Amino acid sequence: MGEEFVVLSLAPIVIGICAAVACAIPGNFLLLRRQALIGDAISHVVLPGIVVAFLLTGVVSAWPMMLGAGAAALVAVGLIEAIRRLGKIEPGAAMGVVFTAMFAGGVLLLEQSDTSSVHLDVEHALYGNLESLIWLDAVGWSSLWDIEALRGLPPELPRMALTLAFVSVLTWVCWRPLKLSTFDEGFARTMGLPVGAIGLALVVVAAIAAVAAFDAVGSIIVIAMFICPPAAARMMTNGLEAQVAWSVLFAVISAVLGYVLAGYGPLWLGFDDAVSAAGMIATVSGVILALAAMFGPCRHRSGARAEPS
Amino acid sequence: MIWDALTLQLGYNATLVTVGAALLGMAAGATGSFLFLGKRALVSDAISHATLPGVALAFVAMVALGGDGRALPGLLAGSALSAAAGLLCVSALTNRTRLSEDAAIGAVLSVFFGFGIVLLTVIQSMSSGRQAGLESFLLGSTAGMLWQDAMVIAIGGAVVLALVALLRRPMTMVAFDREFAAGAGMNVPRIELAMMGLALAITVVGLKIVGLILIVALLIIPAVAARFWTDRVGHVVILAGLVGGVAGYCGTALSATAPALPTGPIIVLVSFALFALSLVAAPNRGVLAAVLRHRRFQARVHVRQGLLALAQGQPIYEGLTLRLMRRRGLIRPDGVATDQGQAQAAAALRDERRWQALRSDPAHEEAAASYDGLTPLDDILTPDQLTALDEGLRPKEVP
Repeated sequence: MGEEFVVLSLAPIVIGICAAVACAIPGNFLLLRRQALIGDAISHVVLPGIVVAFLLTGVVSAWPMMLGAGAAALVAVGLIEAIRRLGKIEPGAAMGVVFTAMFAGGVLLLEQSDTSSVHLDVEHALYGNLESLIWLDAVGWSSLWDIEALRGLPPELPRMALTLAFVSVLTWVCWRPLKLSTFDEGFARTMGLPVGAIGLALVVVAAIAAVAAFDAVGSIIVIAMFICPPAAARMMTNGLEAQVAWSVLFAVISAVLGYVLAGYGPLWLGFDDAVSAAGMIATVSGVILALAAMFGPCRHRSGARAEPS
Repeated sequence: MIWDALTLQLGYNATLVTVGAALLGMAAGATGSFLFLGKRALVSDAISHATLPGVALAFVAMVALGGDGRALPGLLAGSALSAAAGLLCVSALTNRTRLSEDAAIGAVLSVFFGFGIVLLTVIQSMSSGRQAGLESFLLGSTAGMLWQDAMVIAIGGAVVLALVALLRRPMTMVAFDREFAAGAGMNVPRIELAMMGLALAITVVGLKIVGLILIVALLIIPAVAARFWTDRVGHVVILAGLVGGVAGYCGTALSATAPALPTGPIIVLVSFALFALSLVAAPNRGVLAAVLRHRRFQARVHVRQGLLALAQGQPIYEGLTLRLMRRRGLIRPDGVATDQGQAQAAAALRDERRWQALRSDPAHEEAAASYDGLTPLDDILTPDQLTALDEGLRPKEVP
């Protein structure tokens, strides 16, 4: 754990943790509401958003692209809802129609526009560039207290931390209405809660988390973190509070272990090159889910097994 | 140029690819209809993403055995195996644990895809892997496609199409009503397996042209588009096949006309255009038809209320009612009823009176249930019944 670790790995690990947790928290509610695939849809439509933002501004910079991605996510959610209502199509199929078409549009725009000079391609959108977010100004652990060095942190880090804080605070503030409307929508409505607005707000928060995380770590982690940690947590407990806590724990483990395995695993095995950190983080979260599905104390559907009577 | 492409004048290879894509699209549309009708459209998303680790492992295995890592049949076999593993994981997570199917789909697609990307980076660091070009499987590419590759795709599409034709009846029953199918003595799990197997075959065959991220569109969009035009299963399947075929054919032809038009996305966008057309223009289920139906209904209500007001000598203020009645020649521009208007108003009033009598009479309970304020009673009762009803409407004479 020397200077090299601080320079090369500290920032990516922290960014990975923030992104994973920021996606896992709303993921819990999406999972319970059977909207788990919204994350999948959002992370696909982010591509046309950033391409359009790039075409409009002509530069690869974070804020326009995040705005573009957010706008694309909203357009996609609106389109899915419109197709579902106007055509009376089941939500899964409506989602499938919208996100594939928008992704195809994004790829086409990307191919049509002259992006050869900038770092913007489909692979980047999928895997992100977690490994390249290094902290060049650091000289060691002491840099954590050095204002000058801290200023040289990759901008993704504060942005991701801010997103995580936003998501956590919002979840904490809206805990009771969110919980009520997730488990018993009818009851929540009779209590006078704006159920529709809460559902939309959840999707918007998920989109914000997805868009911010996407910029730093790529969409594959976003999809994995929306679903795998909450799904694994669901097998560990029956309480929502405990489930969120477990999912945060699993997300952190996936991010750290995935990054370390990707960065140092091949070296331990005698290979020279590191493998994709984004892919490895998703893989680790899948392994955790598999373990939880095999050994989790609450893995069975309630009522699926004969209960002692 | 576009005309040349559509009439297959762009050379032997382009023609082969175009025909192959059309066959693939037809097979995908027909197969996807059963998934869509069974409300399991997104399972195909898990299948397609789960192919990536198989492609990578097959490459590694073929290189390790000293062969050409890029041989298409080997890569497709590998992708089929890993897609099958993904499918098994989805069904295990759904059946054995408390997770719902959509969560299982999302988990499988992200994890398999992530693992596939890890394997791709491993391949990139292999000495023989640098020019593997396996990334082309993500979005598909027809550039540098060999004759054998095109044949694999065309034959694969044709075989799947034949199997769909063969299995259409059991698959229809399972898609609509699993319990009934099981009661009718069918082996439901095996038929579902066959359904998923066909989707898997489409995914694998389509990997090269459309790519694994977008192949799911070919399974979903044509079926959804076809559903707008008809309520019959057989027609949905045939129409979806047509939409898929047209999308595959036109998409490939269009993309052959310019270098910066990637085949997969163009095919998807063509099928989306067909979907959008269906959404708007389809009779009965389309948006345009719904709007027209609503307008017609609105007009009937307004005219009826206007006529009743005329008959009772009440003034009409509502703008739309006035416009509609003027256009139908029921009132003059100054609001006075024409002869025709007076006749219709009297008829409307008589109808309304009859309805009132009918609804207050328990003997006509059944007929009264169809009261909606618009249907003329003549459509429901026989002339004899009407005369009997009118008897009761006469002003009672004082004895």
